[in-house]
Formats: sequence, structure tokens, C-alpha cells
Amino acid sequence: MLKDITLGQYFPGDSVVHRLDARTKLVLVIVYIVALFQAQSWLGFGLVTLVTAGCVAASRIPPKTMFKGVKPMLFIIVLTAMLNIFYTSGTPVLPGWIITWEGISRACQMVLRIVLLISGTFLLTYTTSPIALTDGLEMLLNPLRRLHVPVHEMTMMMSMALRFIPTLIEETDKIMSAQKARGADFETGGLVQRAKALLPILVPLFVSAFRRADELAVAMESRCYHGGEGRTRMKQLRMGRADHIALFLGAAFLAAMIALKRLGL
Amino acid sequence: MAEIKAEGLTYVYSAGTPFEKTAIEDVSLTIGQGELVAVIGHTGSGKSTFIQHLNALLTPSAGRVLLDGEDINRDKYSRRDVKRRVGLVFQYPEYQLFEETVYRDIAFGPRNMKLPEGEIDERVREAARFVGVDEGLFEHSPLELSGGQKRRIAIAGVIAMRPEVLILDEPTAGLDPAGCAQLQENICRYREETGSTVLLVSHNMDDVARLAGRVVVFDHGRVVMDGSPAEVFSHAGRLLEIGLNVPRASELALALRKKGVPVPEDVFTHERLLASLLALREGRPC
Repeated sequence: MLKDITLGQYFPGDSVVHRLDARTKLVLVIVYIVALFQAQSWLGFGLVTLVTAGCVAASRIPPKTMFKGVKPMLFIIVLTAMLNIFYTSGTPVLPGWIITWEGISRACQMVLRIVLLISGTFLLTYTTSPIALTDGLEMLLNPLRRLHVPVHEMTMMMSMALRFIPTLIEETDKIMSAQKARGADFETGGLVQRAKALLPILVPLFVSAFRRADELAVAMESRCYHGGEGRTRMKQLRMGRADHIALFLGAAFLAAMIALKRLGL
Repeated sequence: MAEIKAEGLTYVYSAGTPFEKTAIEDVSLTIGQGELVAVIGHTGSGKSTFIQHLNALLTPSAGRVLLDGEDINRDKYSRRDVKRRVGLVFQYPEYQLFEETVYRDIAFGPRNMKLPEGEIDERVREAARFVGVDEGLFEHSPLELSGGQKRRIAIAGVIAMRPEVLILDEPTAGLDPAGCAQLQENICRYREETGSTVLLVSHNMDDVARLAGRVVVFDHGRVVMDGSPAEVFSHAGRLLEIGLNVPRASELALALRKKGVPVPEDVFTHERLLASLLALREGRPC
């Protein structure tokens, strides 16, 4: 079922990670990514893995769900591993072999890096509702308004797009079911035939997407929406003590990673 | 012959995630050849999930669906086959129209069945006649027609497959009263002429009381009542309790009984109510 797609889906919960301010989490994810790319040795990777595992545990998201998110990237992960194993020079595993110890080690580190990157960013979308996320983003990007960047409009569009992903998935599901009930076949046939089979889904989907966009625009206008100027919020984002502690820990983590890299460990 | 039997049907949405939800639980039901069954229930009571099992769009988490004694989820072929034999018209089916012309949209189902052109043509015309779509509309785009006409064309698209069982999910929702009445008449005529089994999901109890030979009530994913309209609507109090409407006549009869007027419990149509009230006035037993 299409509904089972977990890519970037929010899992409601009440853990420490869920309660952190969206801005904190956004900053921490950037810190995390920078720190991750400082890791060069096994010691560094070990530290990042430990921190990631700690965060996942604190978020109470089941590890199974985290791995489900990694699954769609499996192809890229395997490809990266293969390339690194075969194209790294060094001491061969066996005399005359193309595979080297260095290659294996590089491949493992690359795979670990990708998996950690995905897990870290997914932790953000798993624990933060899309609305909080775009609100956080809007406030973080607010300084850009001085440069006449339409920050509010951009984040509004983003939150609308996010808001309508599940709706459109549901709609697609419904249309697919209806066409299947009329004997449409999406699973067999060659590439051209399958592409053609999508037409009975795409046409109704576009028609309804445009209709929905129209209705949404009317609904927003009739509630006096006129852009970001002077707009207030029902849910105010507030930084608390937990946020300050989290930011401090993030900074310490980044410093440790940079120090490890400088020391060549 | 087409007898549909559900045995211990259970379906769980998003199993294994925080969004897990049991939509239907242990539903067992047999629907015989030629019956006109109305399925009623609150929004989210599981009736839509139930009907999607009947043509193998959903695979049960537990239990089986049998069509003439054979499990419809046996293999890939039986799952495809059942979609031709059990036609399902979704809620707001007009949103599934996509072809350039009305004719081609109705022909989509038969064409998927890989029928010869001649037979497709015959079926399209027959289906259009059943739903009251004029052949003059055949070359129009379905998207430029009125809502009621779109609805008819979408239903014709399913009827053109000549299903032995026709399932309609709220076919009259959002239509004007005249359109409603006409569509119901079309459905009844279709059933009489072809002898097919018809399942009707509806919120309109007056329609259910008038049309159905049997009423099945869903509540919280289970079948809580199953019987003739007279039987089901005699429990008007219970129906109101689970958040359903009852036919106007039943409602009125219930109110009268509360006031001490001895109207019999099985009154659910205007005609019966009038007759029993007249009888009461004249002091006859009703």
C-alpha cells in the first residue's frame, strides 16, 4: 500500500526529543551533519554512532522504524560500498586480488556515514510535526527578509506541500482502487504499457489537485489571509532549558569531532 | 449464481506502526444471489473497508471471502477474476473519469477484459441505457458534464463489465433529490433485468427502508444487526444510540410510542405509519 511509505513521516510521541523546539532540532541536525563529515577514523565514527544511538533511544522511535527509512536508499548504499571496495588502492586482501583492506575499511565507513546521515535527518522529521518544522524554519530564516527573500511565502508553500502529501497519497490510493475495480492492470506489461497504464491515475489526480488548490485558495482568502505581514501564531515556539542543554551538548559534540580530526585520530 | 460469503473477516490498517487501527473485526456474512442488501453504519464503522474486501482490493488480515464457495484471494488470477464478477462503484466515482470521451470512459472496463470491439460497443450502449445516459453524450468529454451525469457515467463504467454482484458506496451522495430518485430507480431496474446481487452503502435511511430487502448494520468494525428492514428499524432506539438515523416514519412512530400511542414497532415507511394511525383512530387493531 502507498500509505505505508515512511519517508519523512511524523511519528507523534512525547519524548525529550519530541518536546525540543523545532529550531533547536534544525540547528542540531546541521551541527550533526557537519560533525559527521569530520569523522575520519574509527574512533570518530564510533563516537557519532554512539551519539546517534543515544538520540534514537531518547526519542523512543523503534529502531525497526528507523531502518525502514533507510531501506529505499539501499541501492545507493550498496553501490557506494561496491565502488569503494573495488576502486581503493592499498594492500590486497589476498595476493593478486583487486580487493584491498583499505577498500573494505573505506566501504564500511562510507556505508556507516550514509546510514548515520539518513538516520540523523529522519530523526528530525520523525519527531517534529511538519507544521512545527516549517514554523521553525521560517523563524530561522527570518533575517533573510531584510534581503527581500519571501521567507513566509516560501515556508507557507512548503507547509502546504507537506500537508497535502498524505492527502494526495490517499487520493492516488483511491483512484488506483477505483481503476483496479474496473480491471486496470498496473503490475504487468512492458515499460511503455505500464507508463500508459498510469494515465487513468494521473488524469483524475491532476484534475482533483487543481480543484483542491482552487478550493484552498478560496478558503484562505475568505479567512482574510494576506501573506506574512503582521501575522501571529496560535502555537508560539518557545526555547526552554532542555533546548539550551541540547544546543550546548551539540556544540560540545561538534568541538569533540573537530578536535579528533585535528589530532588525526 | 453468485453467492458472497465472508468468514471471520478482520482487517488491520498500518499494522506494526503507531497508527495501527482495526477497521473490521470478525465479520461473517452471507449474501445470496439476487439480494438487495443495504449496508449502513456510522462514518468509520468499517463498511467501506468491508466492501473493498469483496472484490479483493484489500486482502484480509484474517478470515476469508468466498465467491460461490471459492476463496477469492486464492491466487493472482482469482483476484483479477473477482474484479470482473464483483463490480465496485466507489464513493464519488466521478473523480475517476479520465478518458477523452464518455464512450471511451465507459468502455475502459470492458476493454481491460480484452473483449472484442463488437461486444464492447454492445455493453457500452447497454450500460448507458441502464443509467439513463443519452447516446448523444458519447462524444462529449466526461469532464465538462454536470455532477449527476458524471456520476451516471462512472457507474455505467462498472456496469459495462456486467458484474454478477454490484456494490455501490453511497451512489446518491451529493445529488439533488430528483437525481437521487432517478438513480435509485435505475439501480433497481438494473437489478430486476439482470438478476444481479446489489449491495448498497447508504446514509439515507428513507431510501434504505424503501429499497432494500435486507439491512446490515456496522458499528465499530462489527456487524451489530442483520435482518429485514422491518426487523432492523424496529430497534429504532438502538440505531439512534450508535449514531445512525432512522427513517422519518420510524422516528415519528418512536416519538408517538413515547407519548403513549400504541404504534407497532415494525412501522418504518410512511404508508405503514399512515395505515396504522388510521386503524388506531377507528379503533381497529393494526
